Amino acid sequence: MTQETTPVTDSAEPLVSIKDLEIGFQTGNGFVQAVKGVSFDIFPGETVAIVGESGSGKSTTATGIIDLLPSNGRITGGQVMFGGKDLTKASKQEIVRVRGREIGYVPQDPMSNLNPVWSVGFQVREAVLANNMAKNKKDADRRAIEVLQEAGLADAERRMKQFPHQFSGGMRQRVLIGIGLAADPKLLIADEPTSALDVTVQRVILDHLESLTREKNTALLLITHDLGLAAERASKVIVMYQGKIVEAGPSLELLQNPQHPYTKRLIAAAPSLASQRLKSSRVVAEAPQGDEIDLAAASAHRHEVVEQADHAGTPAIEVKDLTKVFSIRRGSFRSEPFTAVDKVNFQVPRGTTMALVGESGSGKSTVAKMVLGLETATEGEILIGGKDATALNREEMLAHRRRMQPVFQDPYGSLDPMRSIGSIIQEPLDVHKIGGRKERENRVNEVIDEVALPRTVLSRYPNELSGGQRQRIAIARALALKPDVVILDEAVSALDVLVQAQILQLLADLQEELGLTYLFITHDLAVVRVVADDVAVMERGKIVEHGKVEDIFTNAQTEYTQKLLDAIPGANIPLGA
Amino acid sequence: MLMYVVRRLLQAVPVVIGTTFLIYFMVFAMPGDPILAMFGDKTPNQATYDALAAQYHLDQPFLVQYGLYMKDLFSGNLGTTFSGQSVGEVLARTFPVTLKLAAMAIALEFSLAVILGLFAGLRKGKLFDNVTLVIGLVMLSVPIFVLGFLAQYFVAIKWGWASPTVGSDTSIANMWLPAVVLALSLFTTSMRLMRGTVIDTRSRDFVRTAYAKGLPGRRVIPVHVLRNSLIPVVTNSAANFGVLMVGATVTEGIFNVPGVGNTLYQAIIRGEGPTVVSFVTVMVLAYVVINILVDLLYAVLDPRIRYA
Repeated sequence: MTQETTPVTDSAEPLVSIKDLEIGFQTGNGFVQAVKGVSFDIFPGETVAIVGESGSGKSTTATGIIDLLPSNGRITGGQVMFGGKDLTKASKQEIVRVRGREIGYVPQDPMSNLNPVWSVGFQVREAVLANNMAKNKKDADRRAIEVLQEAGLADAERRMKQFPHQFSGGMRQRVLIGIGLAADPKLLIADEPTSALDVTVQRVILDHLESLTREKNTALLLITHDLGLAAERASKVIVMYQGKIVEAGPSLELLQNPQHPYTKRLIAAAPSLASQRLKSSRVVAEAPQGDEIDLAAASAHRHEVVEQADHAGTPAIEVKDLTKVFSIRRGSFRSEPFTAVDKVNFQVPRGTTMALVGESGSGKSTVAKMVLGLETATEGEILIGGKDATALNREEMLAHRRRMQPVFQDPYGSLDPMRSIGSIIQEPLDVHKIGGRKERENRVNEVIDEVALPRTVLSRYPNELSGGQRQRIAIARALALKPDVVILDEAVSALDVLVQAQILQLLADLQEELGLTYLFITHDLAVVRVVADDVAVMERGKIVEHGKVEDIFTNAQTEYTQKLLDAIPGANIPLGA
Repeated sequence: MLMYVVRRLLQAVPVVIGTTFLIYFMVFAMPGDPILAMFGDKTPNQATYDALAAQYHLDQPFLVQYGLYMKDLFSGNLGTTFSGQSVGEVLARTFPVTLKLAAMAIALEFSLAVILGLFAGLRKGKLFDNVTLVIGLVMLSVPIFVLGFLAQYFVAIKWGWASPTVGSDTSIANMWLPAVVLALSLFTTSMRLMRGTVIDTRSRDFVRTAYAKGLPGRRVIPVHVLRNSLIPVVTNSAANFGVLMVGATVTEGIFNVPGVGNTLYQAIIRGEGPTVVSFVTVMVLAYVVINILVDLLYAVLDPRIRYA
C-alpha cells in the first residue's frame, strides 16, 4: 500500500553510506565474523529494510552503525559514513552526540527495553534532555508528553508517572518509538520493532511509525525477518544471509522477480505470502523444486481428505459450552471473577487440523490448557474421542493424557537442559510404563526417524541443537506415545521463516502418515492458512467466527476477523512466478 | 502498605512463641544446676536454695515455668538476672551499644560492597577485579578473632590510631575499629553479589536503549546500572545486619564492647533461663522488624513490587 511514499532520488547525497562493514564477536570458540563486508546506502527520508533469518547479521549491522554492539562485539573493517564522518572511527563523545540526536534507535523487545525501576516519564525526559531538546525540567516534561502523544499515547500526561510494568507491550513499544524519535533524528533504526506484538497491534504501530517518519522526513532502517512486512513497508529491501548481502533492490521488484536462490527460498517459505493449505510433501514430490519447501506450491487435494473426515464418526475433540472463570485479586481481600473462556463450542473431526486464532488475552491458550487437562474447566464438557475428559480420576487422566500430547511455543524453554535428547523423548514412555527397555529404545529411534533427525542427536543435549531441531525434538516427544491428538500451542511462532516452513511441512507429513488430529493455537493467521482445515476466531473468551479456512479468508463475517486478516503483512502484494 | 506491615507483625507472633519455647527448653535441658552455679564453690543452705528456686520458678515443671515466664513477659516484666539486676535494665544498657556497632559495621560493609563491587563489575577480568577478589577472599577466610586481634595489636596498640578496648565510652570515635573489623569480615559476599549483578545488568536491553538515547556512560552507569543492581546486595547486607544484631560475640569480647553478645554469653554459661530468653525474644523481634524494613525498601528500589 505504500510503495510510492519514498522516492529514491539518485542525485541526492546518501544520508548514510556503509562500505564493506565487517563485524565480529569474541566467543568461547574464538573470533566469529558475523558481518562480512556489507555495503549499502540510505538516502534522506527513505525506508530501507534488511531481511534475513536469525544469525544472518542483520541486527548486528544495525547496532554496529551506532556502536551499540554487545561488549564482545567489534567492528573489524569498513566504514559507516554519516554527515561526512566515519562513525567506525569516531571517538566516544562523538558517537554519544550522534546517538539519539542524529540517529534514533527502536529496539525489538518492548518488555526488556525499558528500565523497570524508572517511570516512563523519567525515561522519555532523559532522552529529551540528553539531546538538548529542552532547556529545563518543565520544558523537558512538556516535550516528553508531546513525544509520547506523537507516538500514539493519547493520555500521555496522565501516564508519565507510571512504570513500564503498568503498560501493555504495544504501549511500551510506542514509548520506545517516542524515545527513538524524541530528538527528531535524521535516521531511525528500528530493529524488529513489532515482532513481539500481536498482528493487529503490529499493524497500528507500523502505520504510525510510517506516518511519523514521513511527516518529519526521517529515513528508516527497518530490520525484520518478515519478507512480507519488509516489502509492504520499505522502498528498498536488502536480503542478508550469513553475514553477507545476497540481494538488494526495490522491494516489489525483488519480491516478484527474485534472483538469488536464498531470496527465492525465503519468499516460498513465508506463510504471509503463500496462499493455500499444505499437503503432505509426498504429493508435491513431483513438483520441480524437489527438496525445496514451497508453502505456496504445497497445496490442494486437501479438501477431499477433509470432506471424508467430516463424516467419519465421532470427532476427535468436541468442546461443549466450555467456560473458565478466574478470580482476579483486587486489593488485599476482594477478588472479582474474570471469564477467560466463555461458552466455547467446537468440534475437530479426526485427522484434521483446527486452528484457534486470536490476540493475546483472547483465551485461546486457556482453551488449550483445559483440553489438555492442565487447567480445570469451570463449566462445560470436553469430549476426546467421545469420552468426557472433565470428570476423570487420576488413573483415567493418565490414560487420557496418553492419547493427547502438547507441543509448546518456546523450544528453548520446553526441553530440560540437563537431560539428553534420548531421555527427553523416552520420558513419556517411562511415565506411562510402555513396554520394556528394548521396546522403549526402539520407539525412540522410530520417532526420531519420523521427525527426520539423525539418531546421533539422541545422545546430545538441547543446548547443542538449533531452534528448529529442538522443535522437532518437542514434536518427537509428543509423538512417542502414539497420540491421536496433538495440541500445538504457538508451536511455530518462535521460529525463523525457513525453519517454520520445514516444521509446518513436517506436521503436514505426520498428519497424513499417522492420521493425527491437530488443535493449532496461534495468533498468526498467515500460518493458519497453510496448516488448518477449520478455523475458530476467538475474541475476549468467545468464538466470534468459525468455519472452513477458505471461507474465512475469502469472506470473513466479523469485523474482528477482517481486522486480523488485514493485519497479515504483505498479504496484498501480488507475487511474480 | 499499613495492612502489609500489620500482617507481617502478626506473623511474628508465632515466630516469637516458637523461638522462646525452643530457647527456654534448651536452657532448661542444659546440664548443671543454675542455683548451685550461682554460688560457685560455696553451697547455699536449703532455705536460701528453696527461696531462689521459688523466685525463678525453678521448682515448677518445665511447661509451668515457661507459661509463668511468658505471662510475665507479656505483662512487660522481663524478670531479674541471677545477680539481681532487672533484665529490662540490662537490655536497655547493652542493646543500644550492639545496635550502634551493627549499624556502623553494616553501613561500612554496604558502602564497601557497592563501590568495590560496582567497579569490579565494570572492570570485569581486569586488575581491579582480581585484586578485590583476592582481598575479599582473604578477609572471608581469616577467622574473625585473628582479624580482630591483628587490628587491635597493629592499629590500636602499635600505631595508636584507635583505642584498643571500648569499655564504657561507646561513642562512634571509640568504636570504629571493631566496626571496621566486622565490616571487613562480612563485605566479600555482598561485593561479589554486586559485581555479578552489575555485569548482568550492564548487558540488559534497557541499558543499550539508554545508550541509544544518547546518554553518556557517566549517566547510564549510576542511573540505569547501579540502582537496578542494588536489590540483591540490600538483601545480603540486611541478613548480615540481622546476624550482627544477635551480637558479634567474639568481636565484642576482643574489644570489650558492652553489647548484648557479651552479656548473652555470660547468661548462657550461667544457665539463666529468663535472661537468655528475654534477650533472644528482643533479638527475634529486632530481626523480624529489620526484615520488614528490608521488604519495604525493596518497594522503594523496585516499583514493580507493591504491598497490599
